[in-house]
Amino acid sequence: MRVPLSWLAEYVDLPGDATPDSVMAELVKVGLEEEGSHKFEVTGPVVVGKVLEFVEEPQANGKTIRWTQVQVAPVGQVAADGGADIRGIVCGASNFEVDDKVVVCLPGSTLPGDFQIAARKTYGHVSDGMMASGRELGLNDDHGGILRLQQLGLDPKVGSDAIELLVLDDQAAEVNVTPDRGYCLSIRGIAREYSHATGAQFRDPVGNAEPQSTSGYEVQIDPTGDIRDRKGCIRFVLREVTGVDATRPTPPWMVSRLKLAGMRSISLIVDITNYVMLELGQPIHAYDFDKIQGGMQVRRAKKGEVLVTLDGQTRKLDPEDLVIADDSGAIGLAGVMGGLSTEVSDTTKNVMIEAANFDPISIARSARRHKLPSEASKRFERGVDHSVAKFAAARVVQLLEVHARGEAQWFGADFRAYEPQPQIWLPQTFAQDHVGVEYTIDEIGAALRAIGCLVAHVDGGFEVVPPTWRPDLTHKTDLVEEIARISGYERIPARLPVAPPGRGLTRAQVQRRKVANALAAAGLVEVLNYPFVTNEQLDWVAVTGLSAAATPLAVKLANPLQGQASNMRVSLLPALIEAAARNNSRGLTNLAIYEIGSVFHPAKPVGKNGKLPVGNERPELKVLDSLNATVPAQPKFLAGVFIGDRLSDQVGTKSAQANYADAIQAAKVAAFAVGANLEVRQASPKGFHPGRTAELFVTTAEGQQVVGFAGELDPALAVENHLPRKVGVFELNLDLLGSVAPQVVQAGEVNTYPAATQDLSLLVQSDVPAAELLSVIRQGAGTLLELVTLSDDYRGQGIAEGFKSLTFALRFRANDRTLTQAEATVARDAAVALANQRFGATLRA
Amino acid sequence: MSNQNPISAEAVQQAVDQAIAAVEAAVDLAALKAARGSIMGEQSQIVALNSQLGKLAQEFKAEAGKLVGQARGAITQAYAAKEAQLAVLEERAKLAAEFVDVTAAPATARIGARHPLALLQETISDVFVGMGWEIAEGPEVENEWFNFDALNFDEDHPARAMQDTFFVEPVESHLVLRTHTSPVQVRSMLDREVPIFVLCPGRVFRTDELDATHTPVFHQVEGLAIDKGLTMADLRGTLEHFARSMFGPEAKIRLRPSFFPFTEPSAELDVWHPGAKGGARWVEWGGCGMVNPNVLKAAGIDPEEYSGFAFGMGIERTLMFRNDVKDMHDMVEADVRFSEQFGLVL
Repeated sequence: MRVPLSWLAEYVDLPGDATPDSVMAELVKVGLEEEGSHKFEVTGPVVVGKVLEFVEEPQANGKTIRWTQVQVAPVGQVAADGGADIRGIVCGASNFEVDDKVVVCLPGSTLPGDFQIAARKTYGHVSDGMMASGRELGLNDDHGGILRLQQLGLDPKVGSDAIELLVLDDQAAEVNVTPDRGYCLSIRGIAREYSHATGAQFRDPVGNAEPQSTSGYEVQIDPTGDIRDRKGCIRFVLREVTGVDATRPTPPWMVSRLKLAGMRSISLIVDITNYVMLELGQPIHAYDFDKIQGGMQVRRAKKGEVLVTLDGQTRKLDPEDLVIADDSGAIGLAGVMGGLSTEVSDTTKNVMIEAANFDPISIARSARRHKLPSEASKRFERGVDHSVAKFAAARVVQLLEVHARGEAQWFGADFRAYEPQPQIWLPQTFAQDHVGVEYTIDEIGAALRAIGCLVAHVDGGFEVVPPTWRPDLTHKTDLVEEIARISGYERIPARLPVAPPGRGLTRAQVQRRKVANALAAAGLVEVLNYPFVTNEQLDWVAVTGLSAAATPLAVKLANPLQGQASNMRVSLLPALIEAAARNNSRGLTNLAIYEIGSVFHPAKPVGKNGKLPVGNERPELKVLDSLNATVPAQPKFLAGVFIGDRLSDQVGTKSAQANYADAIQAAKVAAFAVGANLEVRQASPKGFHPGRTAELFVTTAEGQQVVGFAGELDPALAVENHLPRKVGVFELNLDLLGSVAPQVVQAGEVNTYPAATQDLSLLVQSDVPAAELLSVIRQGAGTLLELVTLSDDYRGQGIAEGFKSLTFALRFRANDRTLTQAEATVARDAAVALANQRFGATLRA
Repeated sequence: MSNQNPISAEAVQQAVDQAIAAVEAAVDLAALKAARGSIMGEQSQIVALNSQLGKLAQEFKAEAGKLVGQARGAITQAYAAKEAQLAVLEERAKLAAEFVDVTAAPATARIGARHPLALLQETISDVFVGMGWEIAEGPEVENEWFNFDALNFDEDHPARAMQDTFFVEPVESHLVLRTHTSPVQVRSMLDREVPIFVLCPGRVFRTDELDATHTPVFHQVEGLAIDKGLTMADLRGTLEHFARSMFGPEAKIRLRPSFFPFTEPSAELDVWHPGAKGGARWVEWGGCGMVNPNVLKAAGIDPEEYSGFAFGMGIERTLMFRNDVKDMHDMVEADVRFSEQFGLVL
C-alpha cells in the first residue's frame, strides 16, 4: 500500500518534518513492513507560463517546430530562475494556442529520470526552457502534447510555482500489508495504525460525508450459491447522481495522490471511485445508469453466461462466479471487474454508484479463475469493512457533486445481510499466559479499544466485540496478538524453556554426517545441486533399486521454472556430471565431488489423489495413512564424480589419473564411516563403463544387499557432457547402506603373540575375480589367518596366455601361543588346496 | 743393580702421547675403529708396558702398576670421547645430507571440503541438540495437506497464493514441493508425544528465478516447541540463546509484529549481528510466533491445555550475512572453489 503523506496527514497528526522513511519507521513497529518511498522527482524552477506568440517553422526532417515566446514571470519581473520574464522556447507540440497557460521548466530544473533542463541551441534558436507534457512531469501518461492548464480547470498566476500548483512536492511511503490486515489497504487503516504506533490523534475519514438513506431502486440479491456456507453478498449500497459532467478535469491534488498511490488518472468519475477506494478501503463501481436495463441483481453466473469486461475481453463465466446483472444479463463480475456495456464515458450523465460487500472466498476464486487480480479483488479477498459502504458511497456522491457538478439523489438501495459482530470471550490472564507479559486490566482494555473493539471487563475476563473492519479477529488468540502488538513486542521478556532430555541425533543423521565428513577428509568436495532433471537425464544411468528395463518413473512438475528441467531426480549423478562439466569448463580439471541428497522414486505413476481433509481437526488414522500413501519414496542417496588427476605432478612424484578405483575407494570410505563392510563384484549397469564397473553390496544375516555401483562412466556419456573420457563415478543408496550396517560393533580380542607372515602367488585363469580368490584363501586358511591382501596381479612373460599370477600377503597369528612358520605353512597350504579345488589355482613355481 | 724403576714415568707418558695422537688422527669412526689396536690393543705401547708389569721386581710393581693403570684409563677415555664426537659429527652430516625443502612437500592425498550450507545446518542443529531438542526431517515432495491445510492455510487463504508453489503433475495429485519445512512440524506433532521440542532443517522450494539473492531451491531451519505454559517469552529466550550461539555473546534479537497463517501472535525476527562486515547492525533473520490454535487442533493437540512457539529462518540468508557470501549463485553452482574456502568448518 502506497500512502501519500499529505493524504495521511489529513487523518492522523504527522510531525511537520515527516518523511516517507520516518513514517515507515513508525509503521514497522505495528507490523507494516517498509517497502520503499515514492516521489515525483520534479525540482527546480518549474513555473506557470503564458504563451504570447509562436511561429511555426517546418524543418528539413519533416517536423514542424513552434518557436514560441512565453511569459514566465509577471511583466517586468525576474523569473524564478533569475532570468527574463519572457523566454523563447522551441516546442515540438502543436496542441496549444496563444494565451494558453502552460507549465514551463526553466533552466536549472530537473524532471523524472534525472532529466536536467538547460538553455540549449536547437533548430536555429536558443531554447530557454521547456514546456512540459503530463508525462514529462510524471503526472500521467499523456504525451499527446504539452499540458494546458485550463484543461485541468486551472487559471493560475503567470510565474507562480507549478510544482506546488500540481502538488508534485508530495511523497508516498509504501508498506507491505499482510493478508490478515485488509483494512490497511486504505489511508483510513494506515492512519489508524500510525496512531497506534505513535499515539498521534486519529480522525476517521468516514466522517467526511454524511450518508443519506437511499431507496426506491429494485435490487435482488440471490441467496443461493453459497460457497463454503458463506453468502456471496452481505451489503449492496447503490446511489444515483444525476447530471454529471463527465468531461470535467480531475483536480490536480487528486491526480497527484492517485499517481503517488500507484494509480493512473483515467477520467474524473473513475478517478473519484478509485480515490474513495484508496481512502476508505471500499471498492466502488460506477455505472452509466442510462445504459442499465431495468433493476439490478446480484447472483451467481448462469451456465454458459458470458460477460465482456471493461478491458474488452469476453469472459466465459463459471456458475461459481458472482455477477451483477440487469435485465440484459451480467453487467459486471462482482468485486473483480465491471462490464463494458455499462461503463461510464465522457457522455455519461447519470451515474449509479455501487459500494458492496462481497464474500472474500468467492471474489478470490473469481479473480484467480479469470486471472484478473484487481485493486478491488485484492481488498475483497482480505475482507472489507461492511459498515463503510454507505459512507464510501456518500463520499463518492460528495466528490461528484463538487467536481463533476452532479446532483445527489436519494434514489438507490441499501441491502444488508451481514451478521452482527461476534463477541469473543477473553479470559483475564489469557494474554499473559501466551505472551509472558503481566498485562493489567487497564492495559488490555486500552489496547483493544485502540484498535476499535468494544470491551467490557466482567468477572474473570473481557467480553470483546471486534470492529467491523477487523474480520480477522475471530478467536481470543487473535486478540492476544493485538494486545501484544499495541503494548509493544519489546516488552516481552526472555526465558529459556527446558526441553525434556533428548536422544541426540538419530542413527541415520549421525551416519549421514559421518559419511559426509569422511568423504571430505578423503579428498572429495561436497556440492549441492538442484534436484531437477530432464527427461533424457532420467535415462542416463542405472539407479540402484529401480528396474533397468524402462525409463524410471519420475515425479514431474506441473509448473517448472523457465529454463529448468521438469522432473525430480531419480539419481544424483546427472546433476553431478553437469556440475563436473561446469567446474571443468572453469579450468578446474582435477575434481572429486560428491553430493548427499534425496532422490524421488514413486512406486507407481503419479496420478490424481483423493480430496484433502478439511477443517481444523486431526484426521483419522486411515485418512492420514492415505495422505502418506500419496507421498513418493524419497531415499537419501550418495554419489560422487572424479575427473582428471587424483594427484597432479609434484616434487618427487608423478601425477596419477583418477579412475574406477577412486570411485570404489570413496564408496568404501562411506561404508567404513557407517561401519558397513562393502564388497564389490564385476557389473555392467546402464551408463557405466561395461568393463570397469563394480556392483557394491553388503553381506548381512539375510543375504547380500546391493547398495550401489562404482566404476567409470560410459566414455560416450562422458564425452557428450564435455568431460574427459575417463570419469570415475559412484552412487549408492545411503539410507540402505546405513540400515544394513551393524547396529553394534562386536569387538574381537587383540592378542599380542608374534605374527608369522607369508607371501602366496597363485596361478589362475585371468577371468577369476581376485576378490573371490581372496575370499577362498581366507576360508581355506582358517582362523589362524589374521589378514590377507592382494599385493600383485602379474600377467605376461612366464605366465601362460589366459592366466594371471595373483600374489597375496598373508599374516597369521594364534591367540594362545607363538606360531611357528611350520604351522603357518600348514594353514597356507590349506588355503592353496581350497583355491585349487574352487578355481584350479596352483602355486606359482 | 740400579734402583731405578724399569717402567719409567717418561715411558708411560710417551705411550699415552702415542695413543692419544693416534686417537686424534682418526678422521671418522671407521678410521678410529681401524686404529683401535694401535691405540689400546695388542700393538699399542701401553699394552706392551702393561705386559711388562708382571716381570717387574716386587718393589717397582705398585708404582708402575699405578702409572700404567692411570695411563690406560686416560687412553680409554680419550678413545670414547673421540668416538662420541665422531658419531655426532657423522649423524650431523647424515642429517645434512637428508635435507629437503619442506615448503615443496608433495601432497600424499587430496583434501576435500564440506558444503557450507550443509555445515551451517549441522552447526545450528548442534545448538539445539545441546538444549535437548531433536532434529526432525520429512519429505521434500509433500502432500499439500501437510504443507498448507494443516498449517491453517485453507485452499482459499490469500497466503496460499503468495507461496509461489511448485505443483506436481497432475495438480489433482495434491503433491507439491514443500514451500517451507513447516510440514515437518506438522508431522512431528502427529507422530510425537507432547512435550515436543524439534528442529527441522531442510531443503524447500519456491518458484523464484535464480538471481543474486533468490533461488528456487533453498534451505530453511524451523523450530517448534509445544508444552504446557509456553509463552512468547520462551520464544524470545530460545531465539536469544540461538543468536548468541551463532553470532557471539553480544548478539541480541528484536521482534516486530507480522502475520503468518500458522502462528498467532506472529513476529518478524531481526538479529543484532555484532560481527557484520562494515559494523554491527540489525539484520532481518526470519519469522516466528506462537503456534496458531488451529494448527494444534489439526494435529490433535488441545490448545486449551498446550501452547507452543515456532520460528524459521533461511540457511542461505544466514550464511550470506554470517560469512559475507555476496551472491546466491556461489551457493548453487557447485563450483568447488566455493566449498573449498570452508573445509570442514564455517
